[in-house]
Amino acid sequence: MLYFIEQCLNGIQLGMLLFLLAAGLTLIFGIMDLVNLAHGSLYMIGAYFAATFAAWTGSFVAGAALALVATLLVGMALEVLTIRKLYGRDHLDHVLGTFGLILFFNDAVRWIWGPAGMTLPLPSEMLTAVQVLPGVYYPAYRLVIIVATLVVAFLLYILVMRTRVGMLIRAGASNREMVGALGVNIKLLYTLVFGLGAALAGFAGLMQAPILTVQIGMGENILILAFVVIIIGGIGSIRGAFVAAIIVGLIDTIGRAFLPDLMRTFVSYSAGSSAGPALSSMIIYLLMAVVLVFRPEGLFPAARR
Amino acid sequence: MSKSWFTPRNVFVAALLVVLALLPVYSSMIGNAFLLSLFTRILILGMAAVSLNLIMGFGGMVSFGHAAYLGIGGYAFGILAKEGITTGFIQWPVAIIVCGLFALVVGALCLRTRGVYFIMITLAFAQMAYYIAIALDRYGGDDGMTIYKRSEFGGFINLSNKTLFYYLCFALLLAAVYLVWRLVNSRFGMVIQGARSNERRMGAIGFPTFRYKLTCFVISGMLCGLSGVLLANHTDFINPSVMSWIRSGDLMVMAVLGGMGTVFGPVIGAVAFLLLEEGLSRLPEIGGVHLGEFPGLILGPMLLAVALYARGGIDGILTGLRRG
Repeated sequence: MLYFIEQCLNGIQLGMLLFLLAAGLTLIFGIMDLVNLAHGSLYMIGAYFAATFAAWTGSFVAGAALALVATLLVGMALEVLTIRKLYGRDHLDHVLGTFGLILFFNDAVRWIWGPAGMTLPLPSEMLTAVQVLPGVYYPAYRLVIIVATLVVAFLLYILVMRTRVGMLIRAGASNREMVGALGVNIKLLYTLVFGLGAALAGFAGLMQAPILTVQIGMGENILILAFVVIIIGGIGSIRGAFVAAIIVGLIDTIGRAFLPDLMRTFVSYSAGSSAGPALSSMIIYLLMAVVLVFRPEGLFPAARR
Repeated sequence: MSKSWFTPRNVFVAALLVVLALLPVYSSMIGNAFLLSLFTRILILGMAAVSLNLIMGFGGMVSFGHAAYLGIGGYAFGILAKEGITTGFIQWPVAIIVCGLFALVVGALCLRTRGVYFIMITLAFAQMAYYIAIALDRYGGDDGMTIYKRSEFGGFINLSNKTLFYYLCFALLLAAVYLVWRLVNSRFGMVIQGARSNERRMGAIGFPTFRYKLTCFVISGMLCGLSGVLLANHTDFINPSVMSWIRSGDLMVMAVLGGMGTVFGPVIGAVAFLLLEEGLSRLPEIGGVHLGEFPGLILGPMLLAVALYARGGIDGILTGLRRG
């Protein structure tokens, strides 16, 4: 039971990470109608920046803050230099162009930081475990990730639904020309939204950096999971991304932790040992397939599309 | 349509075919076995790109998970070989059928959706296949497995003979191109292309477009599965990275680079892309930077440029030469 609670918390933590990535992806898709495969590269860049800046400043928090700003700037520069030219093009062009960006960023990072990968040590006060329930201890840092992401999700909600910029973002998503005609600088708005998406990805990367090794290509596999999240949640819907991210995080983590054992109790031990891991790596894709059969537009289709 | 066949594009294609046909002679003359191996790979991946182009270029179904079929075909062959079934008469059909079944299930689900959903879902299912391959401990898991015996065809064809294997791949590639050419010019192909430009209208005329598109998707998967079998025979090895999504992207790049929606374009694209990749990895050191170690710094922006400025690909450029 304790193990189960711990796995649930791990699942929620994975879900939070997925939400940060999926929110940026779905925001950029919902507003600019752009498929951005290079989103995972921004996640990677956020992690590299955090590791570098934390080493320079000697402080995890200062490093993280600098990395967040740096990723925001990289995202905005990327939008101005390349992404801007892709708006209004075929989705295939987006895929091809941003796939090119992935190749570019992977080798650019390899060039700048070298092939070895980096580690980002945690500040000592976050190395402890916290008692979350009687008898259940959980690493403090993972709780920090969960809480920080919840705060970010809340701020994002306020930004999009309750502020003037958010109103312009929503209006720009439904009718770009009209908003432009009303005198809003839609180009600047798009640059800001892309930068915001990049910062969210960078935030996910820098939060994850102390848990994993910071390495080239680290954003690629997690990006696919983020795609699964936005397919299940409904493309363009931030609320859908939030719910789906938690569902996917929980199911993936719990499936990996318990399915192999469960399989062994039903079939022979050896058959279970080989089928269990295979099945647990399938499980979220099966979930996606089931959702698609019943709701091809996802659980919370964005109303405007 | 011009009556004349003597266009820059056709001359180029003919020249390319002659080069491909004579390559083994040249490589044995200069004693460079690597060249033969590289071009065998080009032919095999060219065939995969041709299969992808069938659905993407003609059917408008942008599959971002085509490498899965390379892997499934290769694994089906590799698993049979490991379990002691070494005859190609069983291995090859089984591999192709397994790919067809996977394509049937995935296609039936993906074709419920459109546009960007389709792209992402094909990607996600390919990723599922990738993770299953990693979980297959008995067959090497993450490390993959060496295949000790190439397919046997009862003494007719010895696939260990590298020149013979090259010509087999060449013949199969030509057969695949011919198959796609016949398909897209048949009534079936017209329905597929009609559904690409206006699916609702095709439906209204009375064609069950879903069934047509699914059939096309399955044919494409089976063809790609065959190139997977060839690839595993070529490398004597199979591992999950064959079906990583980066590889699916490579296939897509080949098809677009050569010219989407043209029958021979993907072959040109495969030759160009793989030679470029090989060439970039050999770039010299300039100003203290080993450019060859960072091919992505050049390849990436090039892909972006193709996406932005050269949608017709090389084929489009060659066709444009005549007009302009």
